[in-house]
Amino acid sequence: MELVLAIGIGALVGSGVWLLQRPRTFQLIVGLSLIGYGVNLFIFAMGRLRVNAAPVLSDGGPADPSAYADPIPQALVLTAIVIGFATTALFLVVLLAARGLTGSDHVDGREP
Amino acid sequence: MIESAILIPLVTIPFVVSLIALALPSNARNTEAWIAGITALGLFILTAMQYPAVDDGGAIRHNIEWVPQLGLNMTFRMDGFAWLFTMLITGIGFLVVIYARYYMSPEDPVPRFYAFLLAFMGSMLGVVNSGNLIQLVVFWELTSVFSFLLIGYWYHNAAARDGARMALTITALGGLCLLAGILLIGQVVGSYDLDTVLASGSMIRGHKLYVPILVLVLIGAFTKSAQFPFHVWLPNAMSAPTPVSAYLHSATMVKAGVFLMTRLWPVLAGTPEWFTIVGLAGMATLLLGAFFAIFQQDIKGLLAYSTISHLGLITLLLSLGSPLGLVAAIFHMANHATFKASLFMAAGIIDHEAGTRDMRKLGGLFSLMPVTATLAMVASAAMAGVPLLNGFLSKEMFFAEAIEHHADSILDTAAPYVAVLASAFAVTYSIRFIHGVFFGKIPADMPKHPHEPPFFMRLPAMLLVLICLVVGILPGQTIGGYLNSAAMAVLGPEMPEYSLSIWHGFNVPLLMSVLALVAGILLYGILKTYLATSEEGPPYFRELKGQRIFERVMVSVSWRWARLLESWLGTRRLQPQLRLLAFIALVAAVLAATRRGVPHPTLSLGNMDLLFTGLWAIGIICAIGAAYQAKYHRLYALILMGGAGLVTCISFIWLSAPDLALTQLVVEVVTTVLILLGLRWLPKRIEQNYDGVSLETRLRRGRDMLLAVGCGAGTAFLAYVVMVRQPPQTIADFFVENAYELGGGRNIVNVILVDFRGFDTFGEITVLGIVALTVFSLLRRFRPAPDNIDSPEQQLLQSRHTARSDESEEAETASIADEYLYMPSVIMQWLFPVIIVFAFYLFLRGHDAPGGGFVAGIAMAAAFILQYMAAGTRWVEERLRVLPVRWMGMGLLVAAATGLGAWVFGYPFLTSHAQYIELTLIGKVPAATALIFDFGIFSLVMGATVLMLIAIAHQSIRKLRAAKLPTAQENA
Repeated sequence: MELVLAIGIGALVGSGVWLLQRPRTFQLIVGLSLIGYGVNLFIFAMGRLRVNAAPVLSDGGPADPSAYADPIPQALVLTAIVIGFATTALFLVVLLAARGLTGSDHVDGREP
Repeated sequence: MIESAILIPLVTIPFVVSLIALALPSNARNTEAWIAGITALGLFILTAMQYPAVDDGGAIRHNIEWVPQLGLNMTFRMDGFAWLFTMLITGIGFLVVIYARYYMSPEDPVPRFYAFLLAFMGSMLGVVNSGNLIQLVVFWELTSVFSFLLIGYWYHNAAARDGARMALTITALGGLCLLAGILLIGQVVGSYDLDTVLASGSMIRGHKLYVPILVLVLIGAFTKSAQFPFHVWLPNAMSAPTPVSAYLHSATMVKAGVFLMTRLWPVLAGTPEWFTIVGLAGMATLLLGAFFAIFQQDIKGLLAYSTISHLGLITLLLSLGSPLGLVAAIFHMANHATFKASLFMAAGIIDHEAGTRDMRKLGGLFSLMPVTATLAMVASAAMAGVPLLNGFLSKEMFFAEAIEHHADSILDTAAPYVAVLASAFAVTYSIRFIHGVFFGKIPADMPKHPHEPPFFMRLPAMLLVLICLVVGILPGQTIGGYLNSAAMAVLGPEMPEYSLSIWHGFNVPLLMSVLALVAGILLYGILKTYLATSEEGPPYFRELKGQRIFERVMVSVSWRWARLLESWLGTRRLQPQLRLLAFIALVAAVLAATRRGVPHPTLSLGNMDLLFTGLWAIGIICAIGAAYQAKYHRLYALILMGGAGLVTCISFIWLSAPDLALTQLVVEVVTTVLILLGLRWLPKRIEQNYDGVSLETRLRRGRDMLLAVGCGAGTAFLAYVVMVRQPPQTIADFFVENAYELGGGRNIVNVILVDFRGFDTFGEITVLGIVALTVFSLLRRFRPAPDNIDSPEQQLLQSRHTARSDESEEAETASIADEYLYMPSVIMQWLFPVIIVFAFYLFLRGHDAPGGGFVAGIAMAAAFILQYMAAGTRWVEERLRVLPVRWMGMGLLVAAATGLGAWVFGYPFLTSHAQYIELTLIGKVPAATALIFDFGIFSLVMGATVLMLIAIAHQSIRKLRAAKLPTAQENA
């Protein structure tokens, strides 16, 4: 399970890094999103992988930490997902505005 | 304790009144002057009443704890020395306010003037009454800032702007050095408390950091007190209104530097390094300032250089390291403040009445304004050190100290000669000022015909001159006691023997005085004819313009060097930058891994799950596919990217993170919608033939591929290594154990977000709000590229088809969804209430089960955007008023109010309260205040998401309107 997820993270980040070096803005936005998935999963994986151990307490009594998945990376990643959406939106708008102003969708604002 | 609290209003009242002054209308000259004057006078009286507490080495201390763990406290401390300075600041401040009332013209916007002046007074009082060194530096920098604002008060004048900028650059730079020096002192002593630092003098002097501390602190003091070579800013600051020059650049601000040197004198002085650096700077400043002053044609310029020279004198006295020198220095600080302030006021009166400050154009004013002339003459005599005036007394003390032997150094040997020479220069420029302005012929080309100013404009100068006289004649009975307690505050109980009287018998200092007087008069006689017509500035030196050099340096540093660095290191192209970034990250990671050594993980395939493997096979294909298609097939790439997101989402469910999965799912939906809306504005790109790819391109792609594979493999390796290691003990245990107990919720992730780490979340939703507003405002001025102005081909075809089949007017505005997406559109409309209920369900269960404000907010936003997609923007907005900005504002306010609510009950910001309420019929309902906070999150996230989506969606109808004209013509 760990190995599969690790390879998956690697594939997401690798594809993203490839796209980062491409010349078109749309490629960049897709690349950043892919890296975003990879990084979120990476941070999440720092809490180790658990199956059927959602950090939701079954009752109100004293809780045993070993029975639940690590909630901290989850809390971090949850806000990261939302902020990631916001930055994607911002980037998209900057991309569109730059395309309108320069007439080019090259990352440098002009064709090479 | 209660009595010591008096120091707080002493420092804060000027700032408060400053804000009031700023709010008054711009023609309220009298009101402004009244409130500023009453403030200054009130503080003066308040300070005077504190004297018994600071007499004989006593001190008032008031401590307010702020961050005691870091040694950061607000400490106010007033001893005899600070008391003397406080009296000067408030007293001269009061006189300057009266003077300014008559000096400032009715056209000047006075609220700004008085507000800055009062704020400056507060900063200055803060500097002298600080008991904590960091606090002192903060007030110190504030004096620089307000001085900048005051010098640049007439900002329409280029000289004022340049002078202000130069003063700020130099003094603020000095302030930074001072801060560094203070931090070093804190490192050595372990405390920033002034009393503690003063008690650890020998520890600092013996420390190996002593020289850096000394140099840094001295740069701060020298820049502020205009010591050579940092003196250049002071003459340029003379473009300030004259009351400002009288207050800041003679009496108070420039004294901050010598104040600091005196304050830290017990700690830093007495070493050969101190003697050399301070003595050299003081001597150079004393001599050069006096020499340059002779050759100024502007009265204020003459006074400015004279101020520089007198500050040099004080510095030189401090450098000697002898207690008597210190007493003389303090005495001269007070004396110089009184006579120089009155001289500046006289200069302002002359400028005001005659219309010029150029001494070549002035003359014979004695007959026209005898009172002002007499005042100026007495004050100048004090400046020159004529007997029966206060300047004479401190100068005699200076001469007495100069001939004493302090150290085996050429500086010490030279001191008496330099002292006599500089005093002779002082006599020369004083006579030049008096003779050039008040005597001789009245020039024909004087711009105005001068006469005596109003009585109240003369009054401040008159009072100051009176002080000069009284102190000069009866020093022991007037200033003696105060000077004694001021010196005792610095020196401690072991005070040197000294006597304040006019007559000490025939001795060497008297001989030196006489010599200087005679030499000065003779020198003026020689230079008189030359000065009457000469250019501004001293011979030879006038070619060496301090300001020019300063500008040159500034241009080099801020522009040339920056350009040079940019041309060396920068590239206008983004791709190499990103490539470099990824490459450096990879190299750094590999280096770190090989240096520190990474445990070789054993590959275990034991817990392989076939389904999970299959899932990720799809995920990897999606990721690589998206990378492959992103150039020519954007829609494919978007769909594949969504696929990768979905696989991520399923992994979250699989691996016990239901909250993440929910959030990822809804975010995935809105992101896809968002990018879909944006696709329309991108240029068409047709896939080219692959045969034409050059070798160079292939090589470049190979390199990029290598880097991508390297980064991917590295991340995968790192992730795997961490995942198979035993997890360390983290604070997670605390959260799990206490989520229910302290946070009142069962969903630990949600409790962390809205309760334990509520403040972080508050910051995050604020960021989200800011981003949404940025997106919105960027799109308000959105101009698409020309080739995107027309509606897409498919849409045009559809519109034409609709127009043909349906004759009604509505057809033009109808959405595409009406025609061939009729069924989905109806379903989407019906889903509206369902999604709203679902969002509320997610929100309400959030505290105890997966869900919460974030995911509910985005789900709610999805409900709105579905309506837009189903029925078109116009249809929705005719029927539904979504006010996303209000939702955002409400969310932020609700979240902040929940946090503030905790204060009402005496808890820290965002402390939450949780309990379960028993409701009839429904049963136990959780009622944590965190739920209200979560509602704030919900409201803001919803508002922000809707705002961004609608803003992009609106672009289509905006352009449709623009593109409609040709269509209408076609139809006609």
